[in-house]
Amino acid sequence: MDANPVFKALADATRRKLLDRLRASNGQTLGELCEPLDMSRQAATKHLVILENAGLVVAVWRGREKLHYLNPVPIHEIYERWIGKFERQRLRALHDLKKQLEDPS
Amino acid sequence: MSTSKPQFVYVTYISTTPEKLWNALTDGELTKQYWVRHRNASDWKPGSPWRHEDYDNPKLVDIAGQVLESAPPRRLVLTWANPSDLADPAKVSRVTFEIEPVKDIVRLTVTHEELESESAMLKGITMGWPIVLSSLKTFLETGTAIPMTTTREGWH
Repeated sequence: MDANPVFKALADATRRKLLDRLRASNGQTLGELCEPLDMSRQAATKHLVILENAGLVVAVWRGREKLHYLNPVPIHEIYERWIGKFERQRLRALHDLKKQLEDPS
Repeated sequence: MSTSKPQFVYVTYISTTPEKLWNALTDGELTKQYWVRHRNASDWKPGSPWRHEDYDNPKLVDIAGQVLESAPPRRLVLTWANPSDLADPAKVSRVTFEIEPVKDIVRLTVTHEELESESAMLKGITMGWPIVLSSLKTFLETGTAIPMTTTREGWH
């Protein structure tokens, strides 16, 4: 699959925020997603369409409710493209170290 | 059937046919290639057991369950648990594979629901599915899976 739509979708702070919100709580409705973000339903819909077209969000109908799910598979495909087998563990160790050092608690 | 809200929905588009994708999910000789050298073993008939076992040591079963629905090459529904937890309904989750042709390619949707919150299984599948599914896609499209998924050692 073409990676351009994924990069375009990720190149926007609001859309990244929407993905963060789905990661925290998967399967939200449009209303649940825009409420705490102080965003109109119209604006949120526009962003969600871009995320859906990039395959980063998957919508599932449950009765009359449209639920949105974070789909990390395209991001994993990008990861695999540039991260080699042997870099993986070193990167994870670095990431853990960074998290530990930056965590104030 | 429960009406609970699915917890995870994963989608990947694969340049293949529904038949080849079905075989890649259900034939242990193929699952071993991209699913961390594990065999998915069953006769895939509704009501039959299935096991996700170590290809080289089939006594090591990591996941087990029952086939709830089987409609090759379009839809497969399984229960999913640690073998030691199969008797405890709270620890048995459900996985649905849906295979739909879209133009010349195939859309695979994997839905995982009824997972126990805060469980090791929940943690494991959150990390595992994106890796296994992108490796499955790479395997079907290029004939070779992602290196970390071809051996047990590569996984960690």
